Amino acid sequence: MADRAGTAGIPGDEPVWRGLPPGLLRMRRLLLSVWTALLALAAGLLPGLFAGPAWAAFALLPVVCAAWCWRLLGRNWRSWRYAERADDLLISRGVLWREETVVPYGRMQLVEVTSGPVERRFGLATVQLHTAAAATDATIPGLDPAEAERLRDRLTELGEARSAGL
Amino acid sequence: MSSPDHADGTDAMDTPKARGTAYGARPDGGGETAGAQDAEERIPVAERRLHPVTPFRRAWAPVAVLAGWAVHDPNGAQEQLARLTDTMLLLGLAVLVPVAGLYGFLSWWFTHFAVTGSELRIRTGLLFRRTAHIRLERIQAVDVSRPLLARVAGVAKLRIDVVGADKKDELAFLGEQEARALRAELLARAAGFAPETAHEVGEAPAHELLHVPPRALALSLVLTAATWGSLCAALLVPTVLWLTTHNLWTVLGTALPLLGGAGAHSAGRFVAEFDWKVAESPDGLRIDHGLLDRTHETVPPGRVQTVRIVEPLLWRRLGWVRVELDVAGSANSVLIPVAPRAVAESVIARVLPGVTVPQELSRAPGRARWCVPVWWRGRRLAVTGTVFATRHGLLRRSLSLVPHAKVQSVRLTQGPWQRLWRLADVHVDTGAGKTVTAGQRDAEEAVRLLHEQAERSRTGRRDARPDRWMTAG
Repeated sequence: MADRAGTAGIPGDEPVWRGLPPGLLRMRRLLLSVWTALLALAAGLLPGLFAGPAWAAFALLPVVCAAWCWRLLGRNWRSWRYAERADDLLISRGVLWREETVVPYGRMQLVEVTSGPVERRFGLATVQLHTAAAATDATIPGLDPAEAERLRDRLTELGEARSAGL
Repeated sequence: MSSPDHADGTDAMDTPKARGTAYGARPDGGGETAGAQDAEERIPVAERRLHPVTPFRRAWAPVAVLAGWAVHDPNGAQEQLARLTDTMLLLGLAVLVPVAGLYGFLSWWFTHFAVTGSELRIRTGLLFRRTAHIRLERIQAVDVSRPLLARVAGVAKLRIDVVGADKKDELAFLGEQEARALRAELLARAAGFAPETAHEVGEAPAHELLHVPPRALALSLVLTAATWGSLCAALLVPTVLWLTTHNLWTVLGTALPLLGGAGAHSAGRFVAEFDWKVAESPDGLRIDHGLLDRTHETVPPGRVQTVRIVEPLLWRRLGWVRVELDVAGSANSVLIPVAPRAVAESVIARVLPGVTVPQELSRAPGRARWCVPVWWRGRRLAVTGTVFATRHGLLRRSLSLVPHAKVQSVRLTQGPWQRLWRLADVHVDTGAGKTVTAGQRDAEEAVRLLHEQAERSRTGRRDARPDRWMTAG
């Protein structure tokens, strides 16, 4: 983590990185738990009923997988971060497959804030930036709605000030 | 057939909704028109219709469908036709052709277009109304195309490429003179001439940069691997089939389509790229080409997003290259089908002002061989003051140039295997939906490249020309 922050910026313009609030991790882990419980129930009940009680041990399989996913979710959540610099937005994410995106504010065509029913339940919102290039993949998930709105307003304002189009 | 009383008669029989469309521009027009139409009424704009020959292209549709079917499935068509008597057939056509003609006529009657100060407005639709407002300063390219039959009839299609434009947004058909005048007017307005004078500005004078002689084009197609590949397939597959099955019909059944396909590919390219001319005018680049279907494209200054120099293996000895370009929203992607490298580079220098094609490109580090075994040698990168250039391919080299001002976003990606070898990819996204990738760079260099490129693309805009290219600003 520390060495990545060191190499990420060019000297003299160190970005101030922000992580994601813990809400996203909580939501993902809860969803994981719910699905694991359902799977474990199915994996335990069906062989247990049809093939004998010993086969109910199959229920352990999803539980072990889930424990591993639990860790992965944590690592993935920690890897997400973004930084607003004077002229561009930086988004960095991924543990194994790392990706870092730089979008100059002037190239933004539209800023989108979305929030699905589950996300709303957990008080989360997703901010997505669109440029004229379809390949631009600048999404920040799991933000506080207040932070998402602040980011949206700031990005829109900066985008207007530096607008450059195609 | 376009006499006013006839037209009014047709209209009266139609639904009230359609009536509203036809007379939307008139003050007493249909009562249920939307608010946008009220706004239109306030500004008087001369609305025009397309060329009166337009309905005929719909009228012939049933005949064309029948002919297509007969060609596609001769036995089935003959069987079905034998059952029908001649009178039945004529009767059928006598019903179908007028119905299609009526449809063509109505769709022509309800299609209007107008050029206002800032946009081209196309109003169309009989039942489902659709109004396209195309903003002129957002024009990426203007195409006038004349398919063979349209050339016989003396008409042309005019299409404006903007980001997200639809196939429906083309003006088909206009008279040839009218299309040319309209193109000149649209470009003059888009360039920033005052609307009152835009009529009289006329065509900008063009100065020819390049003409591809037919012999060079034919030779270049002969030297294309795809031509030989399809020819080999067309000869090999039937031979193998003959040796295994000894069935003449099977062999003929596969050989003819394969040979036809091989011929159609090369001949099609020859016909489409025949008489290729690139010219330069104050309104931008003009590209004219085609043997049977003529196409005239105009790309205003500053609209080219990326340029690719492609060098197939067999052309390398002759020093020939093909140049492709990407303009957002445009279908055409060829700038020069074939030309000597020096000529191509001089044309590129005119298309992307201030850009010289970098000759020295840096290679990927040697350890990239563990990520991309043989082809790592082809991956090259050069960044100059004006462009980001990457090359890939060993046999068919392709050098992509992106001006810094056209970069929309920059991304760095690194997979686990690449991390092991301290390598990373840098992607540069452009507005034409194309991504140019500098593959397998040293990880530290890639991080530096990412941030420097973001900085360059931001500052690269400063000396770009304005969208309205004839205005100072």
